[in-house]
Amino acid sequence: MKKTLIILASLTVLAACSDRQQTADTPNKDTAPYSGTGVASFTQPGWKAGDTPADKAAWEQHLKARMQYGQNDYTRAN
Amino acid sequence: MARMKFVCDAERCIECNGCVTACKNENEVPWGVNRRRVVTLNDGVPGEKSISVACMHCSDAPCMAVCPVNCFYRTDEGVVLHDKDVCIGCGYCSYACPFGAPQFPSQGTFGVRGKMDKCTFCAGGPEANGSQAEFEKYGRNRLAEGKLPACAEQCSTKALLAGDGDIVADIFRNRVLKRGKGAEVWGWGTAYGAKQVGQPPAVAPTAATPATGGKV
Repeated sequence: MKKTLIILASLTVLAACSDRQQTADTPNKDTAPYSGTGVASFTQPGWKAGDTPADKAAWEQHLKARMQYGQNDYTRAN
Repeated sequence: MARMKFVCDAERCIECNGCVTACKNENEVPWGVNRRRVVTLNDGVPGEKSISVACMHCSDAPCMAVCPVNCFYRTDEGVVLHDKDVCIGCGYCSYACPFGAPQFPSQGTFGVRGKMDKCTFCAGGPEANGSQAEFEKYGRNRLAEGKLPACAEQCSTKALLAGDGDIVADIFRNRVLKRGKGAEVWGWGTAYGAKQVGQPPAVAPTAATPATGGKV
């Protein structure tokens, strides 16, 4: 009983010594943006996010069209 | 696709700070941290110009070069991101950055400096795309949602352009040709290493290499 209490007390006291691992080497690998977020309500319609395999070309084409439509006012003014 | 870049058209920027507000709202950036801000050059002098400044996601990013824990990485789209789990908040990147992009929250105990925070080009971070962890650390991942950065998309005068470097440069070039002035893009040469009008020549002109007036 006493031994169990000591073990439990040690675990409680030493819990503060634990820390998340923070490695200084290569950071985590990021996921490619064309793979989508998996949240349909926020994803812009017009390209199929989350396809397997992810459709990189469709994502690029969608963004290029968005850049022109949203930022190039000459294409709409003239 | 070419790499992602920002261009701020000083002829169009009206210093409304809409980009700053959009960024703070979209990414829920904490008090004291401004990932984007509007800088006015020659403030109060006739002909003053304003530009919107944030991380430019440099081609040869000085922050990446000086980081002692190697927390920065560059995505395939050319966006410079960092891993907050690795960052130690030393502030070296802040000294190295020519645009003052790295920000440090000071809400910790005794005002201790926290992990670095900066513009992510609305591309999130190393966590899973669209996850809660990614949002809390880095903000929205609009690129993975098929959108462009919020600051540029809401710009009312379309002064701030974001996206594929070839396309934004083409849009800007077309504007300059149409209006016949305002070809200077502050920060473009510093960030992307491209010479353009308004930049001083890289080497002092000599008799053998006559000055071009900065034109290339």
